[in-house]
Amino acid sequence: MVIINGRKQERRASMRKSFESDIQHLKDELLLLGSMVEQATLDSVEALKKRDIEASRRIYDMDLKINAKRYAIEEQVMILIATQQPMAHDLRLLASILEVAGELERMGDYAKGIATINIRMGEQPLLKPLVDVPRMAQIGASMLHRALTAFVNEDAETARKIPAEDDEVDLLYNQVYRELMTFVLENPQNIERANWLLWVAHNLERLADRVTNICERAIFIVTGEIKEIKSTYDEFEEKK
Amino acid sequence: MDTLDNNRYVIQARNLGIYYGDFKAVTDVNMDIERNKITAIIGPSGCGKSTLLRAFNRMNELVPGSRAEGQVFFDGEDLYAKGVDPVEVRHRIGMVFQKPNPFPKSIYENIAWGARIHGYRGNMDELVERSLRQAALWDEVKDILHRSGLALSGGQQQRLCIARAIAVQPEVILMDEPASALDPIATLKIEELMQDLKKDYTIVIVTHNMQQAARVSDYTAMMMLVNDGSRSGTVIEFGETTKIFTRPSDKRTEDYVTGRFG
Repeated sequence: MVIINGRKQERRASMRKSFESDIQHLKDELLLLGSMVEQATLDSVEALKKRDIEASRRIYDMDLKINAKRYAIEEQVMILIATQQPMAHDLRLLASILEVAGELERMGDYAKGIATINIRMGEQPLLKPLVDVPRMAQIGASMLHRALTAFVNEDAETARKIPAEDDEVDLLYNQVYRELMTFVLENPQNIERANWLLWVAHNLERLADRVTNICERAIFIVTGEIKEIKSTYDEFEEKK
Repeated sequence: MDTLDNNRYVIQARNLGIYYGDFKAVTDVNMDIERNKITAIIGPSGCGKSTLLRAFNRMNELVPGSRAEGQVFFDGEDLYAKGVDPVEVRHRIGMVFQKPNPFPKSIYENIAWGARIHGYRGNMDELVERSLRQAALWDEVKDILHRSGLALSGGQQQRLCIARAIAVQPEVILMDEPASALDPIATLKIEELMQDLKKDYTIVIVTHNMQQAARVSDYTAMMMLVNDGSRSGTVIEFGETTKIFTRPSDKRTEDYVTGRFG
């Protein structure tokens, strides 16, 4: 039995056991990279919430590990392409792993960006206690976790459902934005601290958008068709 | 598939079946070979690839007891209709085999002989040079034209056979594993040559090497045994090569091109 298109199917005894175990290993590595990014995202917001500068510095170290893992995955994919001549489903999967590893690394950069803001804020207190921002991080991390699971399981059905949850993140982002603007309007001296928090929220909003790209790739592996799933952010950009 | 279009397609097979005695080796093939394109036929051993290829120029008839059913239209005319001369068919649809098989004659005569037999009356030196140039062999042999064709390397011999096929000015060249006996460099030369040749000819190639099919062909036909115990082969999927190797429609094609069986 093997999992194809998210379903268990009978398949003839494969003649490519070692290639398949290499692919399984790559998927495991990708999941590992995903969980590192997930952790970095949640930790970066937690550190900001607690104004824990040391914790934010640790995100920097984590980012280095995330980048290294991404390059290691990339190299493994290259080696498999060069030595195994993957075709059809295998080719789509390997190309998608390259793409997704890149997405994950960029998400890691967002977490690092949040850490940078905490460090830059130095002694200044938060403009307001964080409520919606941690919520955004939780939803984003959860979306990422499930999208990546759907990706490695080649579960197109689940992958199609996840991007809709991005709307909630966008909603929270707009809420944070409006709230911060009232602080700015009240007192222009709040501008810098409001800007910092807005940047944090923006990073989290972008992270959730990138989850959609992972879902697109999961669907592509199964169907062979690459279709853009529009996020509300894109629509907003188009209307401008 | 049902309409005949001999502008776009040079060969169109309809409900084609091929028997060796009682054994039906190939069954129910419908496919269109587009002009000035390279069409590859792939599939596991014994699925009838070579048999199908040979049906396109009635080469199977050289095997006693073989016969065809259905039609193969070539430029709109049924090749298997009464009164069609198989020798004339093979003149217009040439063939290159797996093992290079030059005549035990000079390089020059290898080219000139077939042309002479087919009644070529023009300037023979020019024809020999043109054919050898088209086969990307001229520069290597121009000073040794009267040496035996058998003295050439395997890759050169195969290009000589291609030059020989070209010399009678066919419309189609059928190639049955043309590079399987050659080293990688000679193989690449043949593949490059095929890209040059398709400007003037239509090429149909049978290959065991899937990467070769992926590299050289515009269209790919996937053959497989019919799953009814008959051991007949047929075309299970036919389409653009890029699609066959990135997102095939048939699960059996998927399993074959990804190396899961075959």
